[in-house]
Amino acid sequence: MDLVFRALADGSRRELLDRLRAENGQTLGELCQRLDMTRQAVSKHLAILEEANLVATIKRGREKLHYLNPVPIHEIGERWIGKFERSRLQALSDMKKALETGES
Amino acid sequence: MAKPRFVYVTYIRTTPEKLWAALTDPQTIRKYWFGMTADCDWKVGSAWRLKFEDGRVADSGEILESDPPRRLVIRWRNEFKPELKAEGYSRCTMEIEMADYYPDFGGKAVKLTIHHEIEDEGGAKFIEAVSGGWPKVLSNLKSLLESGNVAFETKV
Repeated sequence: MDLVFRALADGSRRELLDRLRAENGQTLGELCQRLDMTRQAVSKHLAILEEANLVATIKRGREKLHYLNPVPIHEIGERWIGKFERSRLQALSDMKKALETGES
Repeated sequence: MAKPRFVYVTYIRTTPEKLWAALTDPQTIRKYWFGMTADCDWKVGSAWRLKFEDGRVADSGEILESDPPRRLVIRWRNEFKPELKAEGYSRCTMEIEMADYYPDFGGKAVKLTIHHEIEDEGGAKFIEAVSGGWPKVLSNLKSLLESGNVAFETKV
């Protein structure tokens, strides 16, 4: 679990996870296109995310595709969030989202 | 073949044989799949069905590949929600391999990788439905194999 928190403690790495959440299964090249980071830096961050199991990769031909793997984050939630708290937290989170975006 | 829509990976302190048994034994599946279980002989070409406790069929399809204890590919579609059924068949690949290292543990563990893809273009509702379910099913499976208990008895 230390690896997961360490990996998430960096803004660039969280941005990479956001990119994969928006479009899962991207190659290194695709991820680099829309980022203000060198290919080398992106590659290093992806290795740290992969080691923490937050990014899963599969090979498709010569390409390596990167996927956001939410399983470790789900396990963190499960460890500290009881199953009965979940619906109340969901209600709070929906309210926060609605208030902050001005939607109801 | 279409590009998988998502890939889930979990590391479990167990053996490939025990994990394969957990993925294919109806009584074990029921323990971590919220009371649902699969009805299948796990041979290539055989029919596969996931059923609710009351016997209704949730999903159905067939086994495309079966290589115990390493690889299982199931082609299936939803059967109980018309809007999901309309999106057609999906292909679910489960791969089991020994990993020399386990991120949270430092020792050997079994790596389970699940890819899921839709055969036709679209399939957004289907993918949303299954991608909400997999992390819970996998967490339960991991807890069951490592501690003998599941995290969630029923769907939350």
